[in-house]
Amino acid sequence: MSEHAHHKETFVTKYIFSQDHKMISKQFLITGLLMGIIGIAMSLLFRMQLAWPGESFKIFEVLLGKWAPDGVMDANIYLALVTIHGTIMVFFVLTQGLSGTFSNLLIPLQIGARDMASGFMNMLSYWMFFLSAIIMVGSLFIEAGPAAAGWTIYPPLSALPQAQPGSGLGMTLWLVSMAIFIASSLMGSLNYIVTVLNLRTKGMSMTRLPLTMWALFITAVIGVVSFPVLLSAALLLIMDRSFGTSFFLSDIFIGGEALHYQGGSPVLYEHLFWFLGHPEVYIVLLPALGITSEVIATNSRKPIFGYRAMIASILAIAFLSTIVWGHHMFVSGMNPFLGSVFTFTTLLIAIPSAVKGFNYITTLWKGNLQMNPAMLFSIGMVSTFITGGLTGIILGDSTLDINVHDTYFVVAHFHLVMGISSLYGMFAGIYHWYPKMFGRMMSKNLGYVHFWLTLIAAYGVFFPMHFIGLAGLPRRYYSNSAFPLFDELQDTNVVITIFALLAGFAQLFFLWNFFRSMFYGKKATQNPWKSNTLEWTTPVEHLHGNWPGEIPHVHRWPYDYSKTNEDGEYVIPGQDFVPQTIPLQDGEEEMNH
Amino acid sequence: MTTFLAIIVLVLVAIAIWQMSKIFELSQAHTDNSEVANDKDNKLNGYLMFGFLAAFYIFMIYGVFKWGPLVLGTPASEHGDDYDFLMTMSMVLIFFVQFLTQGLLFFFAYKYKGQKGKKALFYADNDKLEMIWTIIPVITLAGLILYGLFTWTTIMDVNSEDEDPMVIELYAQQFNWKARYAGQDNTLGEANVRLIDIASSNILGINEADPNADDDVIATELHLPVGKKVLFKMRSQDVIHSAYMPHFRAQMNCVPGMITQFSFTPTVTTEEMRADGGIVEKVERINDIRAEKRANGEDADPYEFDYLLLCNKICGQSHYNMQMKIIVESEEDFNAWMKEQKTFAASMGKDDSSNGEMAQSEVFISDDEASIIGVN
Ligand code: HEM
Ligand SMILES: [Cu+2]
Ligand SMILES: [Cu+2]
Repeated sequence: MSEHAHHKETFVTKYIFSQDHKMISKQFLITGLLMGIIGIAMSLLFRMQLAWPGESFKIFEVLLGKWAPDGVMDANIYLALVTIHGTIMVFFVLTQGLSGTFSNLLIPLQIGARDMASGFMNMLSYWMFFLSAIIMVGSLFIEAGPAAAGWTIYPPLSALPQAQPGSGLGMTLWLVSMAIFIASSLMGSLNYIVTVLNLRTKGMSMTRLPLTMWALFITAVIGVVSFPVLLSAALLLIMDRSFGTSFFLSDIFIGGEALHYQGGSPVLYEHLFWFLGHPEVYIVLLPALGITSEVIATNSRKPIFGYRAMIASILAIAFLSTIVWGHHMFVSGMNPFLGSVFTFTTLLIAIPSAVKGFNYITTLWKGNLQMNPAMLFSIGMVSTFITGGLTGIILGDSTLDINVHDTYFVVAHFHLVMGISSLYGMFAGIYHWYPKMFGRMMSKNLGYVHFWLTLIAAYGVFFPMHFIGLAGLPRRYYSNSAFPLFDELQDTNVVITIFALLAGFAQLFFLWNFFRSMFYGKKATQNPWKSNTLEWTTPVEHLHGNWPGEIPHVHRWPYDYSKTNEDGEYVIPGQDFVPQTIPLQDGEEEMNH
Repeated sequence: MTTFLAIIVLVLVAIAIWQMSKIFELSQAHTDNSEVANDKDNKLNGYLMFGFLAAFYIFMIYGVFKWGPLVLGTPASEHGDDYDFLMTMSMVLIFFVQFLTQGLLFFFAYKYKGQKGKKALFYADNDKLEMIWTIIPVITLAGLILYGLFTWTTIMDVNSEDEDPMVIELYAQQFNWKARYAGQDNTLGEANVRLIDIASSNILGINEADPNADDDVIATELHLPVGKKVLFKMRSQDVIHSAYMPHFRAQMNCVPGMITQFSFTPTVTTEEMRADGGIVEKVERINDIRAEKRANGEDADPYEFDYLLLCNKICGQSHYNMQMKIIVESEEDFNAWMKEQKTFAASMGKDDSSNGEMAQSEVFISDDEASIIGVN
């Protein structure tokens, strides 16, 4: 392997149709960021509508054109914006944008491999992702507008063009885009699984893997288990829409006539959707948890507390995540007994989550915390993960869900636990591995401003949202002005929107920092964060094949930070970390073996 | 209010500016210039962690007082008290854990902020601790699960024979609601959307040949007698809707092709609720806002409290305005109102129940069959 084929590289094979995992990772990241800009901009638009319903804004007219006549947002485009915002953030930013970036960058580097198992499939995975992104964004520009049935696209609303304008061509494009997206995700995931299982360097046993690897590996497994089910749901929906089948439809009277559909059930669709939909939450979350584990350990200069318990929690969460989907369907009309079962499994998942939370906190205890931006975002991630996770105890309880289901309480909950937590995890990953990706450093001071503004603004958006949910305000409402009862929520809605605008503003610091540092950032040193893991043994300049000589061998777990011998001296004198490549010293015992 | 907002914005902008000036100062002062956190950064961010913790605590407590009164208030159904009790318990627990864990997290972040030459404690494992924070959630959650499941089973047990609930159909369509009362026989006539005949104003697709249908009553307001258990049978004619009656702590989706059900006993009449302390205050606050709106030339009539049925499942353009008024009243008032309503037979212009022949009989799902589909 050490003599890697040095074929000639052209601009096209190096930057576009590259099969090198590091380049593909950058492609995923930049595509994900661009999608993120679109997704967050959309949320700002519909938040403005919620704070000042029916108000005329020049910016609506400019951006939405005919859907905002005289600058007043139309109800259909409101729903479309919410739908595409949700779809983009969940799938394009936090699934492929996050997993795609860091699985690609880190798996070969952290396990000690020259590249992914199949570079070609990896390249294909990216290009299908790109294609699906193009189709999704393209659907914004069609005559009748994009899909608007919510990111969950429940039929019959999504199945019948008569039901809303977005269910015509817009929905077709949404489904096509998602089908391609799923193919992309599956190809990526299979590749990650095979690579982690087969290509680990000598000495890299599964119990010496950094937690990032465990998280990304299990994420891929969950993806392979659950994404095909979403694909089948999408295919059946396409059949219902275009070929007159009745998988999800029955007894419908719309637009003045009864339709022929008979015997299908929308509830079946809900089961299929959430069979992916819930695991999806963990597909989004686990990579972020893995990244923060790594970043917190490195920057605390301490081992992650409870390495084995962390792995056990990841496994438990992964398993449980596939049997809790019904908590999204307590009031769907399914058998109440099933509701009881899903309540039980759902509350079980709180246990491994609690273990993870406590382990993070204990890792900080008596540490020597290096407040790099990545560390700050990791701490922020633990904070929002706890805040959002706790309200899960309410939503997972079928009884309590009756009255808060589909209200803003849910919007607050899932944004904190999944959206914001994963986003923070992603930011942590970017700040931490930027030197590895681009060979330059991002500005820490801009990072601090970005972090503190984002932390404050995000809580300012989502904390008050719980209360308007408890006041009974349903989500996906274009305006609250149809109910005098909700008049007194208006002030709070304004507060939320102002914080949202501030959150959006804060991201400009990040974008500036990100793109500027690519060209003008300080040159990175080989191991800027004094980390133990293998990726920091590769040269700063990217090589095809990663290591110039032989791949290093691994002799210990990755968390020997501040480890001392009997005399209380660091294992390597004058250095508080012991990279995985350093053999055990005389009399030294390895942790966790 | 606007001043409050202005202050928030100003404070945040001030923080931003202060941060940026800090940047300037730091970037001048330090020499290592490496973009890796140094002691100064650790100290600054450590203190900010502590500051944030304090601000976060204040914000949460302030939030509870500021936004807490917005919540729904006194429940108006029998199971509503159980529901609210469970909710309060869970909330107290959550707030406790939230304060504890966030406190530890940000306090540690402040306390152990890095310093050159400081030694971190190599502390990788402790099975006892892991056990503790596995067992404590297990016990707490076991309690919550048991209590929750007990309540859930009680609420969802719609078929308990002994109470003989009054049957009402809730019928959803883009973008309005209808209620169909089962009438004297307390049995709804068979219905299927294929029988909808707009011309003859059979808008719910009721089988005219079914004698059970004759005494059914269709209404656009939901009147309920207080203290009587109601069994709702939900139907939708086009897309999924959700019948959400927040004051009664009640919600169930309406799904085309099947009949779903939910039942509760209303315990507080609309009149009584209007006199409820919390609601009186709420209405006052809302009317202040509406008075201000009127002063600005918007049309905003004075508001009077009413129970509501809202649509809570995205269903299209006017999802946000798909509502029906609910009136809970004494049994006499209810009966009096019912007397004024036309029966289905009368509205279809037929007087005796035996006319008309069975048409398209295969497409009906009888009520019982349908509810079996509904519960499975
Ligand atoms: C500035 C940041 C953000 C703001 C202000 C924001 C705001 C909102 C709001 C208010 C809604 C609910 C709209 C409604 O139901 O009517 C919503 C929906 C949603 N958001 Fe966000 N969001 C933000 C970031 C994110 C992130 C990071 C994610 C990633 C998971 C995300 C995922 C979603 C999803 C899945 C929905 C549901 C869409 C649907 O109902 O179909 N959002 N967002
Ligand atoms: Cu879920
Ligand atoms: Cu509706």
